[in-house]
Amino acid sequence: MTVILGQTFTGISIGAVLLLIALGLSLTFGQMNVINMAHGEFIMAGAYTTYVLQQHLAGAGLSLLLALPVAFLVAGVLGVALEHLLIRRLYLRPLDTLLVTWGVSLMLQQLARDLFGAPNVQTRAPDWLTGHLTLPLGGAELSLPTSRLFILALALAAVGTLALVLRRTALGRRVRAVVQHRELAEVSGIPTGRVDRTTFFLGSGLAGIAGVALTLVGPIGPAMGTNVIIDAFLVIVAGGIGRLRGCVVAAFVLGVLQSVLEWSTTVSVAKVAVLVALVAFLQWRPQGLYTLRTRSLV
Amino acid sequence: MRATSRSRRTVLGALLLCGALTATGCGAKTGDAAGGGKAVAADTSGDTVKVGLLNSLSGTMAISEVTVRDAVKLAIEEINASGGVLGKKIRPVSEDGASDWPTFAEKAQKLIREDRVAATFGCWTSASRKAVKPVFEKNRSLLFYPVQYEGLEQSPYIFYSGATTNQQIVPALDYLKSKGTKSLYLVGSDYVFPRTANKVIKAYAKANGMTVKGEDYAPLGSTEFSTIANKVKAAGADAVFNTLNGDSNVAFFKEYKSAGLTAKAMPVLSVSIAEEEVKSIGPQYLKDQLTAWNYYQTTETAANTAFVEAYKAKYGKAKPTSDPMEAAYTSVYLWKEMVEKAKSFDPEKVRAAADGTAFEAPEGTVTVDGENQHLAKTARIGRIGADGLIDEVWNSGEPIEPDPFLKGYDWASGLS
Repeated sequence: MTVILGQTFTGISIGAVLLLIALGLSLTFGQMNVINMAHGEFIMAGAYTTYVLQQHLAGAGLSLLLALPVAFLVAGVLGVALEHLLIRRLYLRPLDTLLVTWGVSLMLQQLARDLFGAPNVQTRAPDWLTGHLTLPLGGAELSLPTSRLFILALALAAVGTLALVLRRTALGRRVRAVVQHRELAEVSGIPTGRVDRTTFFLGSGLAGIAGVALTLVGPIGPAMGTNVIIDAFLVIVAGGIGRLRGCVVAAFVLGVLQSVLEWSTTVSVAKVAVLVALVAFLQWRPQGLYTLRTRSLV
Repeated sequence: MRATSRSRRTVLGALLLCGALTATGCGAKTGDAAGGGKAVAADTSGDTVKVGLLNSLSGTMAISEVTVRDAVKLAIEEINASGGVLGKKIRPVSEDGASDWPTFAEKAQKLIREDRVAATFGCWTSASRKAVKPVFEKNRSLLFYPVQYEGLEQSPYIFYSGATTNQQIVPALDYLKSKGTKSLYLVGSDYVFPRTANKVIKAYAKANGMTVKGEDYAPLGSTEFSTIANKVKAAGADAVFNTLNGDSNVAFFKEYKSAGLTAKAMPVLSVSIAEEEVKSIGPQYLKDQLTAWNYYQTTETAANTAFVEAYKAKYGKAKPTSDPMEAAYTSVYLWKEMVEKAKSFDPEKVRAAADGTAFEAPEGTVTVDGENQHLAKTARIGRIGADGLIDEVWNSGEPIEPDPFLKGYDWASGLS
């Protein structure tokens, strides 16, 4: 029983990490249809922001919390720069966008190597994030690592805020209008260029926040972005392009599936099994879990 | 149509034949100097002798391999400053293997045939060593390989200056056994070294009344270890034997700590984490965990004090020294001793002179075994300190004779 609950929690926490890294992409790839290979490097930028802040501030806890908004800004500004300088000129040319952003991703990796050195750097986690909560459970104990609880809370907060922004604000209405029918939005007086830029800022900023969260669980190095980018795309494709709800459900389902399979088999087998399951699922529902109904003709 | 195509083919065939003949003609002329299968004499004209440095200076392995090259360069500088080898100064020729195994083979060929080096120092991963092995054997040229490895190999043209299994993994298991460890959990990266090492560990455990409570492999580069940490915790073994490589270690140790596991309750003994890796994983995650090597920066010998001082003076105070670096540094001196004993740079004569060649290395005295071309080395277990350095907690007292095929161990008879 404790094992099942423990593994479910592990699955949910893997899902939370997946959700955080995919959330920004669900905006840029999902809503705007831009395949941004440099998304992983925005995550890396967020992680390095945490590292730099910690070099200059004494408290590990304070610098981590402060890193959240700063990383959001840093990654967001990087995103806007990329959108404004390159991607803007390549809308409707998805293959060129893919190659260009891949090039940008390589350049950002090399930049990180030049700035911070090729070896990994490390951050100190605050004490309240290195322990674990113990829940008594009918004779046995269930221990939940606090770092994972923190990431889970962060992921849920990010999703909640994003949903609120998309549903309740004028900006969200505009974003949705552009996604559903760009031309119609434009003739209705919505400045689509500016909406695109804002969407990209939000999406890239969320990648920065994911980077802060990743410093708690994995290595911080120039290659960390490439480690996660594929998983992020998997979540989006499984969830259904353009749907926030699909992204959330897919992240948690994939996380739990991965952890349960890993427990009963091995890591390599679990990875393969998850991919096979995903391919089979996409045969059945090529559009993913949830589909976006639009009035657009294409 | 058909006739044309046939006549074209005939012309083409004739051309090819002519080409082949010309090529053979050419080959015959220079065959004595560079013919297939024959050794190319090292270029020792003038007052210098060239040696090859074959390391990954780019790609994923560069972090580790650059430090090894730096250590070799330091040894060459020191030897040159004290008069060189057989009166000749050593001139290093550095090539980049680029973390790509076929590139290693290609560059090895270039070093031997074009640069005509007297010996080559380098390679890190077993995959790169396996890739260059036929090149060195075919050309009868010498490679000095500086990294601990999975054993079960013995090439006449390779000198292995790192540890083989019976000088690292077996002593580590002896140490755990002496501390009352009754059960183990094995965690490793999914490739040849961890899988082979774990075969040896399981055979040892079986013969020594230890149980292996679990065995898990993660793909190289994998960074999600929460389930493995849960599995390790649930299995409740006395100790964990870790053969993970690279970035995976960072995620593994972070997760290990989050799961509430400690070095006191369940120590992790690692065989691929040296000073350089400790720095990049973070000492706070590794404090008090165990490692098995033959050398630490803190090893107390006069030769090591000089080595650490010289290395830091040349490359910077913050740079730690580690086991593979020390083994690479030592291998240059061993080559020098062998050459001077043989009074020749000829690989065959150097090999013949190899047996019993000794050197006061930073790790203590090492001696070459002429038969299997490995070194007798002292095994050391270390505990990682909060400062990122590793302190020795146990050593084998005397150098252990190399036994790459574990012939001297009954329990290992079933391994191949």
